[in-house]
Amino acid sequence: MPPKASDDDPDKARRFREAALPYLDDAYTLARYLLRNATDAEDAVQECYLRAFRHFDSYRGPAMKPWLFAILRNVCRAEYARRATTPTSAIEDVPESAEQTPLWHEAQETPEAQLLRRWDSDTIRRLVAALAEPFRETFVLREIQNLSYREIAEVAEVPVGTVMSRLARARAMLRSAWLAEEEQPK
Amino acid sequence: MTCDEAEVLLHALIDGELDAGHTRDVESHVAGCPRCAALLRDYREMSQAIAQAGVRYTAPAALRQRIEAALPQSKAAPNRRAVLRGFAMGSAVSALAATGLVAIVLRHDDVERIQSEVVSAHLRSLQAGHLTDVISTDQHTVKPWFNGKLDVAPPVIDLTAQGFTLIGGRLDYVDARALGAVVYKRRQHVINLFVAQTANTERRAARIDTVQGFNIRHWSDRGLNYWAVSDLARDELAEFGEKFEAAMRSATTG
Repeated sequence: MPPKASDDDPDKARRFREAALPYLDDAYTLARYLLRNATDAEDAVQECYLRAFRHFDSYRGPAMKPWLFAILRNVCRAEYARRATTPTSAIEDVPESAEQTPLWHEAQETPEAQLLRRWDSDTIRRLVAALAEPFRETFVLREIQNLSYREIAEVAEVPVGTVMSRLARARAMLRSAWLAEEEQPK
Repeated sequence: MTCDEAEVLLHALIDGELDAGHTRDVESHVAGCPRCAALLRDYREMSQAIAQAGVRYTAPAALRQRIEAALPQSKAAPNRRAVLRGFAMGSAVSALAATGLVAIVLRHDDVERIQSEVVSAHLRSLQAGHLTDVISTDQHTVKPWFNGKLDVAPPVIDLTAQGFTLIGGRLDYVDARALGAVVYKRRQHVINLFVAQTANTERRAARIDTVQGFNIRHWSDRGLNYWAVSDLARDELAEFGEKFEAAMRSATTG
C-alpha cells in the first residue's frame, strides 16, 4: 500500500508526467489563442502545470485534457484581470495584427458566395485571434482542440446551450471576416 | 424548421452532436433552403480548412524543460520506497528465519504487495495512451504479439459473445517482472487481466479482494497466475473470471 502522496512523492510526479505532459502542445496552443502573446502563454502554461500537479491527488478523470484546460483557463483569466489593472501594459488586449482587421460586418449573403481559397495558417490564426474573447475560446476548444460540447461547457463553466450559441456566433463572425478578406484585393 | 433554428443547429450537425431526430429535421430544412445549404457548406469548408492548415502551436523546448525542472524528480519503477521496503524485509527475514512463522508472514505480505502493484499497474494503464501496446479485438492478432516478448505467452481469449470485449494487449511490470496484460472492456469499464508464470502448477481457486476501491480476482491454473482488475462490481468481475476459466477449459479439452 503506497503511503500518502505528497508533492515530493516521486511516484506521483511520474504518474503526473505520464498523464499530463502529452498535452503540453495542446495547452500551449490554447494559451496562445487565449492570451495572444507567446511569452504570456508560456508563463500561463507553466503555472497551469504546477497547479495541476498540486491538485493531481484530487483528479478523478476521466479526461485529462479538459481538466488541464479548465485550470489553464482560470490562469488565463487571472492574466486578463492583471492586464486590465496594469495601465502601462504595452500589449494590452491588442491582437497581434488587430490594426488591419476590420470591424465585423455582415457579409453579403448570397447563396453562391464561395469562401476564400487562401486557407493559409497565418490568415486563419489572425482571424481567429481577432474574435472577441468568449467566442474565440469556444471556437478554439471546438475547432482546434476537438472538445465535445459537453467538455467545452465544463471548461468554460457555461451551459451547453451557451456553447452552441457562442459557437454559432463565432463561426458566423469568422465566415464574415473571411468573406471580407476575399473582397479586399491584395 | 425555421432558418433561425437551423442556423444554430447546423453547427451541432457539423460537429456530430445532433441526435438522429434533429439531424433529419436539419437535413430536410437544408435540402429545401439554398441559403442554409450555403451556410452549411461554408462552415464545413471552414472546419476542414482549419483542420488542414496546421494552426496549432508547438510548446517551446525551454517551456517543457522549465516544467520538468519544477516537478519533483521521478525515477522509473521500482521506486526508492519499494527498494527500502525490500531491504527492511530482508532484515526481518533473517531475524525470523528460525521461527517458522516466516513463510506465513511473507506470503501474506507478498499477496498484499503484489495486489497493490497490480492495482497501480491498472491505474497506470488507464492514463492516456497507456492502455494497450497492441490494439485489436481479434485474439489471433493479440496472442502472437506477445510471442518473444515474454517467457510465456498469456492465453488470449475472445469473450465478446459473453459480454466482455477484447480490446488489446500490453506488456507491463508487476513485482519487478515483465508480464502480459490482456485488456477487456465491459461497457465503459476496463478490465486488465495480468498473467504471469508461476512455478506452482496446481490449480488455486479464485478469490476476490478489494484494494483501493478496485476489485481483484486472483486465481492460478496450469502454471499461470491470473489477476483480473477492474472497477467493475464484484459480481461482474466474478462473472468475467468464470467465463474466462470456462473458455480456457473448453479450449484445452475441445
